[in-house]
Amino acid sequence: MTIPIPSRQDSPRFDAPWHAQVFALTVALSDKGAFTWPEWTEHFGAELARRGAERPQDGSDDYYNAWLATLESLAAARDLATSEAVEHMKVRWEKAYLSTPHGAPVKLAQG
Amino acid sequence: MRHSTSMPHDHHDHDHDHAHALLPPDPALRVRALETILTEKGLIDPAALDAIIDTYAHKVGPQEGARVVARAWADPDFRTALLNNADAVLDGMGLTGRQGEHVVVVENTPQRHNMVVCTLCSCYPWTLLGIPPAWYKSDAYRARAVREPRAVLAEFGLTLPAEQAVRVWDSTAEVRYLILPMRPEGTEGWSAEQLLPLVTRDSMVGTGLPLSARDA
Repeated sequence: MTIPIPSRQDSPRFDAPWHAQVFALTVALSDKGAFTWPEWTEHFGAELARRGAERPQDGSDDYYNAWLATLESLAAARDLATSEAVEHMKVRWEKAYLSTPHGAPVKLAQG
Repeated sequence: MRHSTSMPHDHHDHDHDHAHALLPPDPALRVRALETILTEKGLIDPAALDAIIDTYAHKVGPQEGARVVARAWADPDFRTALLNNADAVLDGMGLTGRQGEHVVVVENTPQRHNMVVCTLCSCYPWTLLGIPPAWYKSDAYRARAVREPRAVLAEFGLTLPAEQAVRVWDSTAEVRYLILPMRPEGTEGWSAEQLLPLVTRDSMVGTGLPLSARDA
């Protein structure tokens, strides 16, 4: 049995804003020399293979989840951002969203 | 005590949820966190990020590749130069790859059809075709394109003559491919501008053919 190719419909170039964000973040870091693009594809390819062995990836949200996981591990390995720092900053952003009135711009509190 | 006219099981969670800004999904918050940390460290510039997003979300797309293909159809000298050294030609058109990758242009002939995949991840000529579609990034396409290209093409509605061979090109971070499809019949004497709308994205990846002269 073969896996069918996902829909060939033309979708928006990025399905979610964070897909575009994590893509841009990676390209910008590579532009700055944090890693070369071949280094990126090598790590990303390994992450995709690992996930694909568990469950076939459909190339949309799961693709960008793999992308983000790769970027987080590369950032940690190269001392750009430790996983603790990312987790801590994530909680700060969470709090910022939960304490900002609906419709107002969300800003990070000092901390 | 607040009076409520609602039924006992009619919870008002939504009123509560919408009192504050909508919490983005977990990965979105993690991306945001990474971005904040890297910005604070001076490793990235938010303006550069915005420019990259704008470029790939709104500007760059298959129309760039189509411009190259249409010109190659209309101009034999350009076509020869493109097939011999695509990098030099594309540099001249302001279509240099972002990561210094090489682009190789391969032409379809009656004897051979070409298609492109990236079995490692999703390497793709962004500068010419923009962000790849989901199917190009899927495990199904990546795994099957090499193993059973004709079956994959059939799923794309493309059945090739048995005598036309299929060659699959596996992209890498260093080398990315653009297919030069065969010029549609009945377009003799057409200018590059007239040919341009016939070039489809899938025809440049090799999973489709250009539109026919009737479709122009």
